[in-house]
Parts: sequence; C-alpha cells; structure tokens
Amino acid sequence: MITKPIHTRLMYLALFIAALLLPLYVPDDYIFQIVIMSVLYAIATSAMNLIIGFTGQASLAHGAFFGIGAYGVAILTKAGISFWVALPVSALIAALVGVLVGIPALRTRGHYFAIVTLCFGVIMWILAGNWIELTGGHNGIFGIPQPTPVRLPWLGEIEFFSQTAQYYLALGFLLLTLFGLHRLIFSVFGLTFMAIRNNEPLADAVGINTFTTKLIAFVSANFIAALAGGLYASMIGAVSPSAASHMLTFNFLIFVILGGIATLSGAVIGAFAIPIIMEFLQFLGDYRMLFFGALLVVVIIFFPQGLVGGLRRLNQRIAVWRQNKVSE
Amino acid sequence: MLSVKSLTKQFGGLTAVRDVSFDIRPGEVFAVIGPNGAGKSTLFNMMTGTLKPTWGKVFIGEDEISGRRPYQIVARGVARIFQTTSLFDQLRVIDNMMIAYKWRTGLGFWNTLLHTPGWKKYQAEAFMNAMETLAFVGLAEKSEQLIPTLSQEEQKRLAIGIALVSKPKIVLLDEPTGGLIQEETDRITRLIEKIREQGITVCLIEHKMQMIMGLANRIAVLNYGEKIAEGTPDEIKNNQAVIEAYLGGEIHA
Repeated sequence: MITKPIHTRLMYLALFIAALLLPLYVPDDYIFQIVIMSVLYAIATSAMNLIIGFTGQASLAHGAFFGIGAYGVAILTKAGISFWVALPVSALIAALVGVLVGIPALRTRGHYFAIVTLCFGVIMWILAGNWIELTGGHNGIFGIPQPTPVRLPWLGEIEFFSQTAQYYLALGFLLLTLFGLHRLIFSVFGLTFMAIRNNEPLADAVGINTFTTKLIAFVSANFIAALAGGLYASMIGAVSPSAASHMLTFNFLIFVILGGIATLSGAVIGAFAIPIIMEFLQFLGDYRMLFFGALLVVVIIFFPQGLVGGLRRLNQRIAVWRQNKVSE
Repeated sequence: MLSVKSLTKQFGGLTAVRDVSFDIRPGEVFAVIGPNGAGKSTLFNMMTGTLKPTWGKVFIGEDEISGRRPYQIVARGVARIFQTTSLFDQLRVIDNMMIAYKWRTGLGFWNTLLHTPGWKKYQAEAFMNAMETLAFVGLAEKSEQLIPTLSQEEQKRLAIGIALVSKPKIVLLDEPTGGLIQEETDRITRLIEKIREQGITVCLIEHKMQMIMGLANRIAVLNYGEKIAEGTPDEIKNNQAVIEAYLGGEIHA
C-alpha cells in the first residue's frame, strides 16, 4: 500500500547491516551491555507505540507488563522450566492479564484510560515489592539462568552465554517484533487502529467494533512487552520491582515521544538514542532529568512527531526546494 | 425497508422526539425536515444506534436494529454520514474508504499477521471497491491525498463515499449539503439522484427546502419532536400545519 522510496530502503538496509556487524566495532563490554538493553527497550517501546501511537490509547501499564514477563521468566526458569517454554508462557500470562485489565479499562477514554492503566501499573509495582514468597520482595530474584542453549539441525548447538550471542538473540526478537508490527500496521486492519485514534465515533459508525479492536492492540502490546521483559530477566540474571515499575513506563514513553510517536522507526531510534545520550550526560547526575524535561517540552511543541517526524518534514522541505530549483 | 415505530427520546424531563413513526420504502428518497431543534438529528442518532431510544423500535425489514451498537447496524446494511463532516482527517482519502469497507471482509488480526491467501484477496477486494466508489462520487484522482487538502464539497462527497463503499441497502444522510453554496448543493443533489438510480434507498435530513422539494419522493416534517406531516412534496407544500410550523409563513419552493 504505502511503498517507501528507494533511498529509504537503502538506509534501512545499511542500518540492518550496521546492526548485524555491531559486535565487531562496539568499543567495550559496558557500551555493549547498554546496546543490548536498548534492543530490549526498543522491543517494548515499539509495542507501546502500537497502543499509544497508532491506536491513540495512552496505556501507562506498559512497564507492569514488561515486569510480568520478567518475573514470569524468573520464577519459571528458577523452578527448572526451560527458558524457551518460560518465555512464551510468561508472555501469554501477560496477554491474559491484558485481557482482564483491558476489558474494564478500555471502557474509559482519554486521560481516564491513562489514569486507570497507571493505577494498574503502580499496583503491579507494589505487588512485586511486597509479595515476598513469589517475587522476593524489594530484593527481587537473583541467579536467573541464562537462556538455555538450543540445538539446531545444521548449525549445531547455540549457546547464549556471551554478550554477542545475547545481542543477536535480542536483535532477532526486535526484528521479529518490527516485522509483525509492520504487517499489522500497514494493512486495512492497521488502518482501523488509526481510525479509532482519529475519530472513534466515526469508526464505530463505519462498522468497526472499536472495543475489540482496541483490546487487540492493547493485548498485542502487552504480549510483546512481556517478551522483552522475559529476555531482560534472563540476560541480566536478576529482577527487582524496578523492572515492573511505572518509572520504566515513563522511560518507554520518553523514548516513543522523542523518537517519533506513531512511526515504526521512531520507537527504535528513541530506545537507542536516549540511553546513549544519558550515558554522555552521566556527569550531570540527576540533573540529567532537567535536561530531558526541557527537551520533552521542546519536542512536543515543535516536533509533535518526534525526531522521525522532524526528519520527514525536513525531507519534504528539501523535496520542495529541489522542485523549485528545477522549475527555475 | 426501514421502519420507525413510536420512537421517543427523553433527555431528563425534555422530550426531544415524541412518538415518531414512518416507513421508508425501498428505492425512494425519504426526507426528514423541520426547523432547528425539531429533533431530526436525535431521530437519526436513534436510527443508527448512536443514541438509545427511550421508547419505540427501529426495524430494517423484519430485523430489529434499535438498541444495537452502531457497528452492528452498519453490518445490517444501514450506513450513515454525520451532520458535521466527519472523516478520518489524519489519513488519506483511499484509507478512509478502505476502513469503511473493512467489516465486509475477513481482515482480522491473524490473517493480517500471517498474510494468508485470504488476506491478499480481501485486501485487493477492499482496494477495488474503494476505488470504484471513489470514482462514483467523483474523487478517483484524489485517492492519495490527505483530507485537509480537499474542498468542503469534496469532503462531503467523501463522507457519502464512506457510507456507500460497503454497499448498504439504505444510506442515512444528515445534512449532506450543510455549509455549501448553491452550485455545490446542486452537484450533491445530482449525486444523491445517482445513488437512488443505483437502487439504494436514501433517507436524508435537510434544511434546504428547494433542494428537498425537487429531490425527495416523500417527506416527513418534524416540529418540537413530533411528526406533524408526512407525504409527497406537493402534499407537504400545501399542508397547513407545516406552513404554520415554518414561522407561519409560506414555504419558498
């Protein structure tokens, strides 16, 4: 339907190759770890973009679902269940919780929906900190096994103990997520998400079951967030309530807004750029937040579609300028 | 075709629509007219499921549609356009049309994610129908454009297109020419005649008497929420109650 111009395709190809070759040129283990985390955050942020950016429902429970995935994998793998079973099971649990939360929460609209989901997020965070028998309380869970090696027909056994292997595992999930989201969004089905964001009464009047459509977007986003959380738990080897907190939600939200809301690439760019900027601003300590606060205000006012939206506008201006030049 | 039986709507103590009944016959243009605040839009909203009637029922054929959700009513062949031109203004013209066709297809979550053969077929079918209907309403060349680039008249045409694309049995048009100048009104009138020629029943609300008198097969007149007359344009023109309702003056026809 929407075909991208050739230079955009080439840019994506270059990015893809750069991502594949990253372990060759990454300066040190510390930065590598930040990159791996960014990949996981990019998965969760892309999913958040589905419900917030494309469907227009400001779900602030995203961190909680990331946490459900993380704690799910932590508890199940510590009980001796294989990571490859624990991960989908945890994501399915998150999806089920998403249905149970979504059915009442999606009856509210606008900021009421944001408040309801934020409340759920805070409840999950408190639960993670206080249900000591299950979650280990504020200390969390330690010693979570790393993803179990998989045996593939031709490639032999693949282990996930090195950073490089974990990076490729995370990258694989990110690409899978983007592939799935791309299919969903650039289709008539995906248009119904945007129809709801744009004009819900009209969507209803043209035969779209708006409630079910919103629920599908919400649950899909939660499922993917939990996948990212499960990978996170297994790769870090420990989870604490901060992996399920609303602060995490707001981090994702900042990634989406600064990167570019309702654009597939924006969520990914935001999830990569901001942790790296954060690293560079390390010397500012907590004053970093002041910087981000100001940045957020500027972006929302002048670049409502974030970095990607800004770039697109620039691209259009250049196109117009070129056209004028040719006609002169 | 579509029958309204003793439809009543109360907002608190105020009765916006009181005991209104009429039958729309297949293939006709049926107009609902009345002064501002007569309850026309409330009546429409009840017919399309946006508002729940306090009393009374709406049928399409034998099938009761009152009390159903708007998306369920659309699936029974009743499409509508809103009074204020209501479009998906963040999206392109063609997107607007395909969204409105979606319920006719099996385009769901799984076949979209898996790109099943059915998905391909439906996606193509939606596109074909959208383009066909765009051509019908005269917007085929504008399919890639964004809504804010369209003129008022084009937006009205698109709104009608959105209602028509899913091949309804009856379309309900709430002031399809509101805010348009005479020439534009005439073009929309011709479009509505074209819709009738296609065998689609039309029910419309209008203020513009001259347009209605030339277009409608039958007219129902509302005043203070009650139906004060129903009949052919000639009968309505000579109806004493109608003349009085319009400020006691005569109708400019």
